[in-house]
Amino acid sequence: MGRLIIMFLLLFLICLDGWGQVHISGQIINKKKKPVPGASITLKDSYDGATADSTGHFSFTTTEKGKQMLVITAIGFKDLDQSVTINAAPLTQDIMLQENVSELNAVVITAGSFAAGDKQRGTVLSTMDIYTTAGADADITSAVKTLPGAQQIGEQTGLFVRGGTAEETKVFIDGTLVNNYFYTGTQDIASRGRFSPALFQGTIFSSGGYSALYGQALSSALILESNDLPERTQGNIGISSVGLSAGYDHLAADKKSSWGVDYNYTNLWPSFQVIKQDPDYFTVPVVQTLEGNFRIKTSGSGILKFYGYYSGERFGLRRPDIDSGLLNNAFSLKNGDFYGNLSWKQKWGRWKLTLAGSYSNNLDNINNELENQEDIKQLIPEYPYDSKSFTVRNLAQLGQGKGILEYKIHGLSAVRFGGEFQHDVYNSQFQNDTIPHVTNGFTDNFAAAFAEADIYVTNALALKLGGRAEHSSLLNKTDVAPRLSAAYKIGPGQVSLAYGLFYQKPDDNYLLFNNGMGYQKAAHYIANYQIMTLERTFRVEGFYKKYNYLTKTFPDTTGTGFGYAKGIEVFWRDKKTFKGIDYWVSYSYLDTKRNYLNFPYEMEPNFAAKHTLSLVFKKFVTDWKTGFNASYSFATGRPYYDISYDYSKSNYYIADKGRTIDYNNLSLSVNYIPSLSKPKSKRFTVWVLSVNNVFNIKQVYGYNYSFNNAIKEPIEPPSGRFLFIGCFISFGVDRSQDAINNNL
Amino acid sequence: MQRLLFLFSAAFLIAGGSYAQSAKYLDAMKQNVAQLDTAHSLASFLELGNKFERIGEAEKTQGLPYYYAAYCTVMTTFVGADKSKTDEIAGKAEEFLGKAESLDKPSSETNVIRSMIATSHMMVDPQNRYMQYGAASSEALQKAEQMDSTNPRPVYLEGQAKFYTPEAYGGGKAVAKPLFDKAMAMFATFKPASDIAPRWGKHATEYFLSMCN
Repeated sequence: MGRLIIMFLLLFLICLDGWGQVHISGQIINKKKKPVPGASITLKDSYDGATADSTGHFSFTTTEKGKQMLVITAIGFKDLDQSVTINAAPLTQDIMLQENVSELNAVVITAGSFAAGDKQRGTVLSTMDIYTTAGADADITSAVKTLPGAQQIGEQTGLFVRGGTAEETKVFIDGTLVNNYFYTGTQDIASRGRFSPALFQGTIFSSGGYSALYGQALSSALILESNDLPERTQGNIGISSVGLSAGYDHLAADKKSSWGVDYNYTNLWPSFQVIKQDPDYFTVPVVQTLEGNFRIKTSGSGILKFYGYYSGERFGLRRPDIDSGLLNNAFSLKNGDFYGNLSWKQKWGRWKLTLAGSYSNNLDNINNELENQEDIKQLIPEYPYDSKSFTVRNLAQLGQGKGILEYKIHGLSAVRFGGEFQHDVYNSQFQNDTIPHVTNGFTDNFAAAFAEADIYVTNALALKLGGRAEHSSLLNKTDVAPRLSAAYKIGPGQVSLAYGLFYQKPDDNYLLFNNGMGYQKAAHYIANYQIMTLERTFRVEGFYKKYNYLTKTFPDTTGTGFGYAKGIEVFWRDKKTFKGIDYWVSYSYLDTKRNYLNFPYEMEPNFAAKHTLSLVFKKFVTDWKTGFNASYSFATGRPYYDISYDYSKSNYYIADKGRTIDYNNLSLSVNYIPSLSKPKSKRFTVWVLSVNNVFNIKQVYGYNYSFNNAIKEPIEPPSGRFLFIGCFISFGVDRSQDAINNNL
Repeated sequence: MQRLLFLFSAAFLIAGGSYAQSAKYLDAMKQNVAQLDTAHSLASFLELGNKFERIGEAEKTQGLPYYYAAYCTVMTTFVGADKSKTDEIAGKAEEFLGKAESLDKPSSETNVIRSMIATSHMMVDPQNRYMQYGAASSEALQKAEQMDSTNPRPVYLEGQAKFYTPEAYGGGKAVAKPLFDKAMAMFATFKPASDIAPRWGKHATEYFLSMCN
């Protein structure tokens, strides 16, 4: 009997157990009815749950009863709470998850811009890329020239983008405009950018349609974001064929603040001994640069940054005078440039504040002398010789402040608004043999207010709507510039569209003779298609740009110029197909005409090639501890003109014109990182050898003409092949992993 | 009497605070921790990670389930092929780790996971991310070693890093082997603090050691 009772009891217990367990199953799918494998299904506050299999199906049993909550989570999807009532019967519950809008899977507006940063997703060009692009010689804008939209211009300083002049591209550091980004140069020779790529953690190159946060650039914006705190304390020294450098960065023990100083001495004398230059440099270029910075974390997300820069530059060169044949022009320059930038970023919950201020002061002292073969100054009181000797002293100062307040609405959607103020003072003193000392100058107080909204309708559709209003006291005019862009995911890629109006004050030289000119204006229309994975990027972009109110200098200085630019560009970067090889290809087609300055009619400007192609190739051979880089650039010949004044008809006409030979340039560089077999090595050394224009291919950028149109001389670079060799050592940090991980 | 017992045990549970561990909890943890040893696939790490998360969310006061959830979650980024979601997954692992560290204290073991999370972020784009995440990874590993010099896991991970580093740069099998040997010796003497305390890594060390020979 007792036994029976026990058996009965046992049976009862088993039954009870069976009764108590309820089977719950179902399938997890997304909006497109595709399964979501790996989703976690949990009965809230219990251990019971399951993981969806590769078909999205799940099943589990539970002893919980009554009203319960099912919690479903999956990477890339919003968490979902589903209430269920558990009775005795098995439960089947299919669940649809909503995609999560996040930076990692959302569509990105890319029309017109290349985000190129260490932090940004979809890096196109990183700091390391800039250093390892052959021919760029660690110059940001030279590396940018390998991207679509940029022209291969060697005779003028600056970035020429999509049929725009160099002045139409503006550079911004931490949100504020940089007035004198490039070293002061001279006619027919381009100079490089002042700032080292190592200063920046992010670079965005916009070849059009850029954000309402920026203005006063008709064509393009190069947006640079400076580094936060360094990873470690370290020192570095460098010695190269062009100079010496030394620097030190100190990171506080609590890693909340840092400071650093850098000194650079550049002297081209050794290089010029080996590589013959034409012109004759009577003062070899010498540049000294001193930089200082500090960075302080003001909270978990807040950071205060200061960067200060001073450089002194001098050079002098002598070239034959085109009008005389026997005389020379001796040009000399002394430049002093200061730039300081202070910025602060801070987040409070959904709010983010960015404040930035900067001041720059650039002084150019230029002297040009007409000399005989004995280098003695000549005074010839007749045209055109009477105006050839002159001195100019230009002082440009720019003080500015900018503030941006951002509010995150939800997900990635955000609104931001703010304003900026620029106090721009330009002073120019001029004198030659016929004009005694004259001083010209202007002061402009420029203010702008802007607002912008990022709206993520879904993961697949994003809109950016913005606008800015600008007022210049000098022009005494206000403009309103709308900016709109959108991106939509299609298949593996996405389509982006952008439209915007862009205004820009006339260039400084024309503002000096301001007589009621207004803003120059450009309207951009851009469409692109892009497919991007971690290892490959493909994009094709078409654009149309309409110019109005460009500066005309004849018959009067007015804003009556106009023009257009349109084209198609293709970019392909691939790190996957060939093992260990990273390469990219850029192609740009450009069709542009304009009537500005003294152009007699609407015509192709001399800074626009129809077809431009760049190939960049990089390979690191680990066994040899050596990186090999090559780049090849090609551009079809550019038009050139002899625009001459006809005294009888009192107007300008084209006395001669033509097209230059095609432009070809192959550059190579090698980086050798010697043995670091000591695992805890505190020293990191890189040897760099680079050769520009390896095959010494003849390059002709255009032609200069004598005043009587009788003599025509090609504009060529000062030398053909150029060689650079250097050794850079950093101390206090083991960067061997750096080199290795670059090549994993 | 029963009522008294119940009251007594309730009082004990309250007094024990977050350290009170029910038999159900210990059983479930033991079972899952045992499965970790043999987990190799994406599916198994996903499933175990979800299980640990469930336990953590239900218990609310235990740090260890979150520690394991973080470990399993970050492991999915190493065994899975799709790099495009790595950042998001590593972010989730970091969330778990944060919960683990706030419920218990930061420890040698949590720093091991911190190092793995940084490595995971780095692997998405080593060239551009080394400066940030490479440094963070090795720093966390150093901290892990400092906080418990008997913990074999930081030594094993250090060996693994050397294993994947080319010989020219001070890595390679010859450099990694002594570290794996050292880790094996440490695993032999390492006594987990409890039945459910971290013990993983021995099988993987054995595997790497066999690859070195």
